[in-house]
Amino acid sequence: MIPELGHFALVLALLLAGVQSILPLVGAAQGERRGALLMATGPSAAIGQMLFVALSFFCLMWSYAVSDFSVANVYQNSHSLKPMLYKLTGTWGNHEGSMVLWVLILALCSGAVAGFGQNLPATLRARVLAVLGMIAFGFLLFTLLTSNPFERIWPVPEDGRDLNPLLQDPGLAFHPPFLYLGYVGTAVAFAFACAALIEGRVDAAWGRWVRPWTLAAWCALTLGIGLGSWWAYYELGWGGFWFWDPVENASLMPWLLATALLHSAIVVEKREALKVWTILLAILTFSLSLLGTFLVRSGVLNSVHAFANDPKRGVFILMLLAVAVGGSLILFAWRAPALEPKGLFAPISREGSLVLNNLLLATSCAVVFVGTLYPLFADLLFGAKITVGPPFFNATVFPLFVPLLVAMGVGPLLPWKRADLWAALARLKLAALVVLAFAVVWIAAVDRRLLPALGFALALWLVLAAATDFADRVRLGRVPLAESFARARGLPRGIVGGIVAHAAVGICLAGIAGKGIAPERITLMRPGDVTTVGPHTLRFDGKADIVGPNWRGTEGRLTLLRDGREVAVLTPERRFYPVQRMSTTEASIRTSGLADLYAVIGETSEDGATVVRLHWNPLAPWIWVGTVLMALGGLISLSDRRLRVGAPARRRREALAPLAAAE
Amino acid sequence: MTRKRRRLWIVLLCGLGLGSAAALTLTAFEESLVFFHSPSDLAVKNIPPGRTIRIGGLVEAGSVDRTTTTEGKLQIAFRVTDGAASLRVTYTGILPDLFREGQGVVAEGMLTPDGSFRATQVLARHDETYMPPEVADALKRAGHWQPGAPPPPARDWNTLRPAASGGTSRLTN
Repeated sequence: MIPELGHFALVLALLLAGVQSILPLVGAAQGERRGALLMATGPSAAIGQMLFVALSFFCLMWSYAVSDFSVANVYQNSHSLKPMLYKLTGTWGNHEGSMVLWVLILALCSGAVAGFGQNLPATLRARVLAVLGMIAFGFLLFTLLTSNPFERIWPVPEDGRDLNPLLQDPGLAFHPPFLYLGYVGTAVAFAFACAALIEGRVDAAWGRWVRPWTLAAWCALTLGIGLGSWWAYYELGWGGFWFWDPVENASLMPWLLATALLHSAIVVEKREALKVWTILLAILTFSLSLLGTFLVRSGVLNSVHAFANDPKRGVFILMLLAVAVGGSLILFAWRAPALEPKGLFAPISREGSLVLNNLLLATSCAVVFVGTLYPLFADLLFGAKITVGPPFFNATVFPLFVPLLVAMGVGPLLPWKRADLWAALARLKLAALVVLAFAVVWIAAVDRRLLPALGFALALWLVLAAATDFADRVRLGRVPLAESFARARGLPRGIVGGIVAHAAVGICLAGIAGKGIAPERITLMRPGDVTTVGPHTLRFDGKADIVGPNWRGTEGRLTLLRDGREVAVLTPERRFYPVQRMSTTEASIRTSGLADLYAVIGETSEDGATVVRLHWNPLAPWIWVGTVLMALGGLISLSDRRLRVGAPARRRREALAPLAAAE
Repeated sequence: MTRKRRRLWIVLLCGLGLGSAAALTLTAFEESLVFFHSPSDLAVKNIPPGRTIRIGGLVEAGSVDRTTTTEGKLQIAFRVTDGAASLRVTYTGILPDLFREGQGVVAEGMLTPDGSFRATQVLARHDETYMPPEVADALKRAGHWQPGAPPPPARDWNTLRPAASGGTSRLTN
């Protein structure tokens, strides 16, 4: 009964999405007064749709929680012995369930636009809701027609086939929701862009409405990608954190463009310039999110993520993609010339630096796009089986990121409209000198490899430039400390968030550069053998059998020695999941916050020696600390009063307050 | 600055961005595209040793041989077959969890002068019913899997003998 209720709710949501995508649009076209009644259907339909999708999602989750194996989806992806956490997260650990989650998040977003967007102009809100309704309609139709999660099977099987063991993991359990939140968040920016094109008007207020959505989506996407790479690091057991896998790239591309969009929306908000470009970016960002969904869901790219290998689904998503991207681009080509450009600026200015940021980010995105999709085209066009691997991406993305990161230090110090580059550079003199001294000492005394050294130097540059920016803004050292403190407290949150996020990129970069100098050792060990990796000495103490709720496995014991004393024990595991007939590697990681000691065991040869792989990864935890700080910077910025759409009056008062001069 | 001047600047910058992206992509393509070859391709084509390529096929049953090298490392040697030809592959390191005799496998590495393949990476990270598309394609081309027919069931691969699979496995060198 519960699954049928869920299915029925999903169908009702589809109907409401249909209403939401047509009536408000018609109402908005009739004008503010005559169409008021039709426009008013938008918010109600959005909230109704949200409730029905939520009901449907909870019905599915309920079926998982009680292990109702009469539902095909539950039978295929769950098992009665699975821990409750993974039963629940298993709801979206499969194709059908993850589509319901996608639609749920989209419905929550449009519910939020309906609920919190009361101060938006009525026609703009109606049009935004209509565009969101269309996207929801497409995806609900897709879910119902090609991937119904509530399908029943008869006879009811005794037990399920279990979830892919790689997905039975806390990191991956929460990776999809964040990633989807990011993908779907870009849908809101997209809806605003389309609505603005239909309205034919983009102004500073539009920029202010779009920015919080983009920021929120960007934060979620950042966290989602970070969780995914953290999972790859500790679960796949290869010691790496980013493999330039097509599916990883599929999430990186929207991230790159969302980052660009975030920055160009500032220009629209402050200076009413770059309007057409920002609209195009919003459209492209969402298109890449859709493309990511297509690549992952259609199974054209093989990866752990490719649940669905059903060509019918691929064709459906491809059609959705064509309609959404094609439709919005046609709308863009038709309406964008009507948007009046405003706000002139000199090439050397804050706007100019943001243009450079956009240019380099968009170029990096284009390069990743080519590398990710070229094998697909090569196969279709020439029948050649080609892999584009990490060397390609390293050779193309790194050269683009170096100028981006250098400019990232300078950009925030430039004033709007017209700037003096030398004055900004003079303020960064100290930072530049420190970085130079560091680079010379590092190359001379520590490590001669160029790329990691460059990475560390840039990381330091970013952190110091962010610190300089902060110190300048609070006039540290030039006014009494108490006044500096008062100034720091008065800084707009948007500025603080930006400084934090920029410094966080530096921290993350330091972690990535640290991987470049990380030593590793693969060796055969018998119980009692001692080996070293980096500064550490480890003793292998043999293996033991262990048993888990739905798996069995072996556990190796490696004792960390310091001056002959036993300090800690690492227990890497190899697990075998009998239901799925699959084995997984569980790396054992001991972290000090500054470095990770990473151990994996492999198979045991006939003479009793076990393959042991050890990595010592200096600064590796910083990769994820940096990622979390980036998202935190975004959240701080999001909490800025001026961005809170619900507080227009206060915002106006604040604009008059003297503190606004701190910009 | 006039609107025209600014437009010129932007067009120039975009051209620079696109140009550098194209140049970077093309140079990187030249060096880092990795082509896939099946064992029968390698028997016919003349691929110079030292170029990074990918090969793939089924791991021949009974061919996996583990030895300890003089430096105390575990070296694994096995044969990869597409049913028409086979190739000796050596690898040092930890094999993926799903590496098994009879299972589809893709390896990245380079040919050595003696005609065997030294893998730097072995990929077999899917569940056991999964067959890498390149391998499926290689099997089709070798005539062991007629297009249209269902793929050979993965469970049987574990007992698949080169002789039973139809082709006579021959050495490539």
